[in-house]
Amino acid sequence: MNLSGAEIIVESLANEGVDYLFGYPGGAVLHIYDALDQQQKVEHVLVRHEQGAVHAADGYARSTGKPGVVLVTSGPGATNAVTGIATAHLDSIPMVVLTGQVHSNLIGNDAFQEVDSVGITRPCVKHNFLVKNVEDLAETLKKAFYIATTGRPGPVVVDIPKDVTDPNVKIPFEYPEHIDMRSYNPTRKGHPGQIRRAVEMMLSARRPMIYTGGGVVLGRAAESLTELTRKLGYPITNTLMGLGGYPADDHQFLGMLGMHGTYEANMGMHHADVLIAIGARFDDRVTGNLEKFCPNARIVHVDVDPSSISKNVKVDVPIVGEVDDVLRDMLRVLDETGGEPDRESLDAWWKQIEEWRSADCLSYKGSDEVIKPQFVLEKAYEITRGEAFVTSDVGQHQMWAAQYYRFNKPYRWINSGGLGTMGFGLPAAMGAQLGNPGADVMCVTGEGSIQMNIQELSTCLQYGLPVKIVCLNNRYLGMVRQWQEFFYQGRYAMSYMEALPDFVKLAESYGHVGMRIEKPGEVEGALKEAFAMKDRLVFLDFVTDETENVYPMIPAGAGQNEMILV
Amino acid sequence: MRHIISVLMENEAGALSRVAGLFSARGYNIESLTVAPTNDETLSRMTLVTRGDDQIIEQIQKQLNKLIDVVKVTDLSEARHIEREIALVKVETRGGDREEVKRMADIFRGRIIDVTDSTYTIELTGNGEKIDAFLEAMGSMPVTEVVRSGALGIGRGARSLQA
Repeated sequence: MNLSGAEIIVESLANEGVDYLFGYPGGAVLHIYDALDQQQKVEHVLVRHEQGAVHAADGYARSTGKPGVVLVTSGPGATNAVTGIATAHLDSIPMVVLTGQVHSNLIGNDAFQEVDSVGITRPCVKHNFLVKNVEDLAETLKKAFYIATTGRPGPVVVDIPKDVTDPNVKIPFEYPEHIDMRSYNPTRKGHPGQIRRAVEMMLSARRPMIYTGGGVVLGRAAESLTELTRKLGYPITNTLMGLGGYPADDHQFLGMLGMHGTYEANMGMHHADVLIAIGARFDDRVTGNLEKFCPNARIVHVDVDPSSISKNVKVDVPIVGEVDDVLRDMLRVLDETGGEPDRESLDAWWKQIEEWRSADCLSYKGSDEVIKPQFVLEKAYEITRGEAFVTSDVGQHQMWAAQYYRFNKPYRWINSGGLGTMGFGLPAAMGAQLGNPGADVMCVTGEGSIQMNIQELSTCLQYGLPVKIVCLNNRYLGMVRQWQEFFYQGRYAMSYMEALPDFVKLAESYGHVGMRIEKPGEVEGALKEAFAMKDRLVFLDFVTDETENVYPMIPAGAGQNEMILV
Repeated sequence: MRHIISVLMENEAGALSRVAGLFSARGYNIESLTVAPTNDETLSRMTLVTRGDDQIIEQIQKQLNKLIDVVKVTDLSEARHIEREIALVKVETRGGDREEVKRMADIFRGRIIDVTDSTYTIELTGNGEKIDAFLEAMGSMPVTEVVRSGALGIGRGARSLQA
């Protein structure tokens, strides 16, 4: 079969099982768009801004486990995509981004819409390629998908000059079935000796803590993690990225840890004598002050990325491997050796933990007058029975969603944890909805974040995406306002959002349903009404208490046992 | 501590900038860096001299290994190895200095590879310390140009870095 470069791209995507391609056309990719137009295998989703395309692909990837795929043009198309690529990179999301490039013989000439896409994206991708010959195209795409989806996943950019997609140059096409790279061989299985040592250390614990991150979700290890945790009877906490890796309604779950984690999770970490870290990377928002972090703990760390191990915190038993494989091997070793945890110490430990838990650190003062943001999320959890795919933007609402929406299943919680990208929520919800047709998809946002990619409301109408936007509108960039209250003596520099649009009318003008909810008594009814509209996007503008802060909180530089409770 | 790290990588455009970018993005120190193709033309070999404590050197090696184009990484300083650097040194030679410069080059087993009425260009090979010592010994001589290759390294004996 002889195909042009443009046709090779489309066929290769079809071979990879890509059902949606998120993108925006432009000069350098017109040959590719022409080829896309003449087939039905890959559906293109036209966004309104390239950043939206990348976040949508990201939301698709996080909610389905399949790689997200993006197509943008050269120059501004590529630079607009960069924030999305960096977002995916910091959260290790599998993604392939195709960027058009100017004609090969113009590269380096400051041509129209030329930018060094490979250079600009190099620090924020897992890998990138510039394809110089049409003969290399299929193999490069195969490599891109292979690299993006294996080991520690991440975004891969493939930059394609316009002449490489020339419809008049046809070459024989065969998509490689298998790829072998001598320079890239991610480790799957953990070292058996290390696994035995880890199990011994785990069983020797008197005050154990299991601390898991996004690696459990990305590594499809929620099931084996749950099995191991239940078998051991140990307390478990999840990072912001790891929520859903263990059922949040379960008694052994202590909630999220870190800066806005629960008191019991952070105190449990601080007092633990054995810490079992799985698919987590000891991020600064988790550890607080490194010098005060887990002062008495011996540490087991399982991660697929060797460079995550002993980067911030030195560990005692490192295990490099796929999290699911390692957890299953641990279960096998436990079965074979018949080892049992020290039940007596564990009972005493649980007693202590229950005492911390009884502080009820997530309680808040309800109100009949003004809507409390926490209340909205509690109700949303009830009404969607914890089954919704929840995307969020960045700020207070993100933390409240993480605290009050209890995630019992993986892939349901979709947020920009690493880069903290405002404007992520709405496009990510589009991707999640396309990947999960018929499911409830809710975007938790604020009046600040939603305006960063509000244009995607138009995309939602075009593709009939019935996302529910839960906007916690407190007229402030809430997290900025909170820090200004705590650390800048209440000087609220530029955190008040003046001149807000009427979001109801805005939603209506985009062809959607808008609701403004001002009283606590209306919250439940509005949410029920919105979620009952299965085929409509509903923008719920909740007017919330502007003075509410996110608690508990570990101030920057403090230790995990130095929380501000309320 | 000073470490000399050897990297075997795919001979691809942009591979060098990935390494250089990694060092600047993560704030690692580079004292010198050299790179050229090997006897296998699909591979380049890079020699990096850097400084850091054990944890930093471990991270540097892990981060280098994480680059997709990198095939193998080794810290040569962990075992017996040979280090060489080449320097080209141009000296103005007027009056009585000419003899003295020639003598100094001989003492350091350097070779004069270019001669004019007023200059000598000396080629000198050795480890970095030897080249430092030569430049110091040249003291008052009018050295007008120094070009150093940066260190190259190879393990002693049968130890070798292969794909």
